[in-house]
Amino acid sequence: MEITFRLNGEIVRTREPATRTLLDYLRDGRGLCGTKEGCNEGDCGACTIMVEDESGKKPLNACILFLPQLHGKSVTTVEGLSKGDTLHPVQSAMIEEHGSQCGFCTPGFIMSMATAHARGETNHEDILAGNLCRCTGYAPILRAAQKAETSPVPEGFEHIPFAAPAVVQRPETVDELAALYGLRPSATLIAGATDVGLWVTKQMRDLDEVIFLNGVNDLKGIIETDAAFEIKAMTPIADLIPLFKPYAPSLSEMFRRFASTQVRAAATLGGNIANGSPIGDSPPPLIAAGASVTLRKGEDQRTIPLEAFFIAYGKQDRQPSEFVESITVPKAGLINLAVYKLSKRFDQDISAVCGAFNIAVEGGVVRSAVIAFGGMAGTPARAKTVEAALIGQPWNEATIMAALPAFAKDYTPMSDMRASADYRLSAAQNMLRRLYAERSGLATSVLSIKEGA
Amino acid sequence: MMSVGSSHPHDAARLHVTGQARYIDDIPLPVGALHLAFGLSTVAHGEITSMDLAPVRAAPGVIRVYTTEDFGDHIPDCSPSLGDEPLLTSTTVNFVGQPVFLVVATSHHAARKAATLGKIAYDEKPALFGYDEAMAAESRFEDGPRIYGCGDAAEAIKAATHVIKGTLHMGGQEHFYLESQAAAALPQEGGDMVVYSSTQHPSEIQHKVAHALHVPMHAVRVETRRMGGGFGGKESQGNWLAIACAIAARDTGKPCKMRYDRDDDMIITGKRHDFRISYTCGFDEHGRIEGIEFVQLTRAGWSMDLTLPVADRAMLHADNAYFLPNARIESHRLKTNSQSNTAYRGFGGPQGVLGIERVVDHIAHTLGRDPAEVRRLNYYDDMVVPTAGEGLPEDHVLSLDGDPLSRGGAETDTGHGAHAGGQLTPRGKLTPYGQEVEDFILHAMTEKLLQDADYAARKKAVAKWNAENPIIKKGLGISPVKFGISFTLTHLNQAGALVHVYNDGSIHMNHGGTEMGQGLFLKVAQVAAQVFGVPIETVKITATDTGKVPNTSATAASSGTDLNGMAVKNACDAIRTRLEVFILERFGESEVTWAEGRVRFGVHDMGFAELVSLAYMNRVSLSSTGFYKTPKIEWDRIKGKGRPFFYFAHGIAITEVALDTLTGENRILRADILHDAGTSLNPAIDKSQIEGGYVQGAGWLTTEELWWDAKGLLKTHAPSTYKIPACSDAPDVFNVALWDGRNREDTIYRSKAVGEPPFMLGISAFLALSDACAACGPTYPALNAPATPEELLNAITRARG
Repeated sequence: MEITFRLNGEIVRTREPATRTLLDYLRDGRGLCGTKEGCNEGDCGACTIMVEDESGKKPLNACILFLPQLHGKSVTTVEGLSKGDTLHPVQSAMIEEHGSQCGFCTPGFIMSMATAHARGETNHEDILAGNLCRCTGYAPILRAAQKAETSPVPEGFEHIPFAAPAVVQRPETVDELAALYGLRPSATLIAGATDVGLWVTKQMRDLDEVIFLNGVNDLKGIIETDAAFEIKAMTPIADLIPLFKPYAPSLSEMFRRFASTQVRAAATLGGNIANGSPIGDSPPPLIAAGASVTLRKGEDQRTIPLEAFFIAYGKQDRQPSEFVESITVPKAGLINLAVYKLSKRFDQDISAVCGAFNIAVEGGVVRSAVIAFGGMAGTPARAKTVEAALIGQPWNEATIMAALPAFAKDYTPMSDMRASADYRLSAAQNMLRRLYAERSGLATSVLSIKEGA
Repeated sequence: MMSVGSSHPHDAARLHVTGQARYIDDIPLPVGALHLAFGLSTVAHGEITSMDLAPVRAAPGVIRVYTTEDFGDHIPDCSPSLGDEPLLTSTTVNFVGQPVFLVVATSHHAARKAATLGKIAYDEKPALFGYDEAMAAESRFEDGPRIYGCGDAAEAIKAATHVIKGTLHMGGQEHFYLESQAAAALPQEGGDMVVYSSTQHPSEIQHKVAHALHVPMHAVRVETRRMGGGFGGKESQGNWLAIACAIAARDTGKPCKMRYDRDDDMIITGKRHDFRISYTCGFDEHGRIEGIEFVQLTRAGWSMDLTLPVADRAMLHADNAYFLPNARIESHRLKTNSQSNTAYRGFGGPQGVLGIERVVDHIAHTLGRDPAEVRRLNYYDDMVVPTAGEGLPEDHVLSLDGDPLSRGGAETDTGHGAHAGGQLTPRGKLTPYGQEVEDFILHAMTEKLLQDADYAARKKAVAKWNAENPIIKKGLGISPVKFGISFTLTHLNQAGALVHVYNDGSIHMNHGGTEMGQGLFLKVAQVAAQVFGVPIETVKITATDTGKVPNTSATAASSGTDLNGMAVKNACDAIRTRLEVFILERFGESEVTWAEGRVRFGVHDMGFAELVSLAYMNRVSLSSTGFYKTPKIEWDRIKGKGRPFFYFAHGIAITEVALDTLTGENRILRADILHDAGTSLNPAIDKSQIEGGYVQGAGWLTTEELWWDAKGLLKTHAPSTYKIPACSDAPDVFNVALWDGRNREDTIYRSKAVGEPPFMLGISAFLALSDACAACGPTYPALNAPATPEELLNAITRARG
């Protein structure tokens, strides 16, 4: 494929294999070795670079970023950040605050920090959750990030649109995509590549046919009506955090913890659903909220409950040449929604269990209950026996305790490296107890607690 | 301005932040360079019955594929110890991930991809994974257990008022250096080889490569500018890549490079040793330990590697900061079908320390006493303050101006008779292995930290919180560390240096230590700048190079600055002495001062460069080697008696956590640390080591879990599944201070080693979590490590009884 993008200010037009990663291109193709390979799967951030397009600046992991995803965009690497001897403010601050030791993770941190600095963001712990450092314990890096906050943003990183000729495997409308996918039903669709990227970098698969979705502009965006949000499939996870914050804070927080800043900027809601993982974090809460998914094949569109999309492990209700076009979330489903993501590490970790509760209580009695879990079965799945044990019962501790054994009827979880089956079951039960405690006004989150007297 | 004692930023900081700092994979190689990857075994134990590598050889870009057949009877060995690590195997495989064949290809990706195409059949055999299986099978290194001790532990336990027993599991730890293992070999004329290696031990790489190539060591030169992290994981594990590259480079005549993909790195290389420690402890009504027995089991993995000294050090730290009048420590080094565990920051010390810290915590819980008080009751006796003239040559003593990063009491203020009800009568200073603890300073450090961290008030606040909150419990943990400094293999405690002063006054400094981020190069450059009284910029820091300084020890055991700083100082002193002799002869002046880039004597005041130029014109030698060996140490590891350590470094930490008793999720809310770096050579660098060490130590005991499936495949082989601390896992409030007190022993400017000791301060986070679990019920929670949310929920269940 012939790709056109801007690299450190210079327009680059290059013919490359469709699944060549930006990281390999930079290091092997251009001799730009400042961008490091730490894990080759988007989990350490050593390869972070800054990408800008019409939607603004974002940090992305170059190791799982295919060159066609950059078509028409501007890329800044660590080599392009300082101008001559003049360092970027985050670079100076990192030197002054002793923020580097071995230095291998440092360019990635610098690029995450510079991107956030340009965006005026100061929630540093979250911004840097996708950059691992094994030496410093992060304290000096956080001090450096704070120190640089007040420095002016240097000029010279603005995205100036430029001509990027159309590429066949990169359709620009949903209709084009539908037509192309109809002709090439075996093609792999690539949205953010935060999963497909690993097929290439870790499984070393050859993807003979690919279709890149990032040029499909009418597959992006959120349409709000009085009753619902229609979220187009290519909407990045990052956009869902502010979207849901006023409606369901715990859902917003789940999307913050969904992945690192870099991965949230690349990963899409459609991709997280279409890939059908039993531990994907978006399906359980969206199922609990009563969301539906709209699928498109050729000229045809159909809408089904999201829950029905997941048939069995590795099997979804999706026909050849059919793709996820949008997800519709009813606002009413968000009112009582509580989402709990459980993992070994708070940030940037795959859930052992992700639980979502949509329980409405009226006059002290449970009027409705929809409960869905990830990590408890081969697909994201409802806890229908638990729901039945709650509906119509008084909302009190006795009801909760009486409902707990029902979890074992709904789920037979597995043991793996994330958690044992026993723990998964106990934790799922305890999430219902947590919901009750939370609604009773007790302190239930270690994330909101401070030290001291 | 003093160079030593200043908080200079890391010498490579500007290179780091601009992406210019060069690691192995960044070194441009000549056109035609080849890339290597290992094909790995897929069973934990078995005999290879057939190998079909035709698809590997046919894969795009493959130049050559090696198997054992290519080596005849001389399969290169990669072991740092026993000679039990063949580069490739065609017979027995001993773990999932053992290299079976080696691919040489035109690109890294081509090599990796081809390496997955081998078809290998095995006759599978039962594999040993667990402690009990290995013990039952007598699968071990050495003939039987090592046993160290003193007094009569069994008798003392029998006579004691209270006796507790328990068992503690602690998991291993992946190093997760951000730069995975890497090496490159460039063939030279006449069969010589130049090797670039990401290694803590260039001399070992040189030795192993020479052995593999059947050439003398003089034919191999190894260079290491920096590593992207090491933490012990690059002490021996780099041998494989360097040897593979050197052989392929010799055979193809092309430069060859190998770097492990992250998953390969985690599947192939060894980790921190996991341990299971059982204890029986007898103590009096105050909590004073009368007698203690430890049984330490550790899984070495499939080969010996560095397990013996690691397990020895775990035994040597079974006392930590506590006087054990009667002790028996039994250590089993088990051979299992898993990765060969290796050096990792602390080198067994943390495992030994965690064992005794668990015991002391258990004692405090049993008696309902404050764990801080029980710790102080059992501390070794205070240091006897050296009087003038007792081993304190003034030329090594600096009086530093108050550095803002440095605080703490003066070293003479270590009296401890007046607090805690006057119970702290001297108990003893003899360790179970017969070394006297002459420099113990934790009494005063503890008192100061308890005050600074407002421990008593916060303990009350935590109790109040726990009484009022049924779901989120808080916990406080306190843990000291006393860490022995020196390689226990005595001959390793030596170092060399090479210093050139050029006739323009610039200084080229080289030594045997390697830079992995710890700031060694900078600290040693500060030493050189100090000796000559020149600005640090005058000193050029150069890559570690076996052609410049021979026969070096690994940069390990926290000894880098102690050894290499002294060697460099000796080299610089030799040159300075020659210059002073020249000044005396030429100018008749014997009083010379070296400061601020000026050399002053008599009425003269000249720039350093001017003096050097003059000396050069007068044919004064301006280059010198330097050498240092650590004094006083002697050690018999079989008897377990002697003085293995030159001195001890100390630290203490208090951590507060919050624990969700429904899920086991938790957070570190605050950590307060007071650490002993002696007279710090660079307070900022030392503080960074402490912060980083604490978080890495806490990670070991909380989120970092190694998990193998039933077939022995490590399933946590990438950062997606193996979770080192992320940014938000650092303590919300993180107070780190240095204890101002010079080293009692004559170390480089009276500083102390700081690489490993702070790692053990992370134990306070583990103890805080245990404390939060204990708030859930009457029973001792007996928390195991890592304290994942799942393990914490189990411990809460145990606490509820």
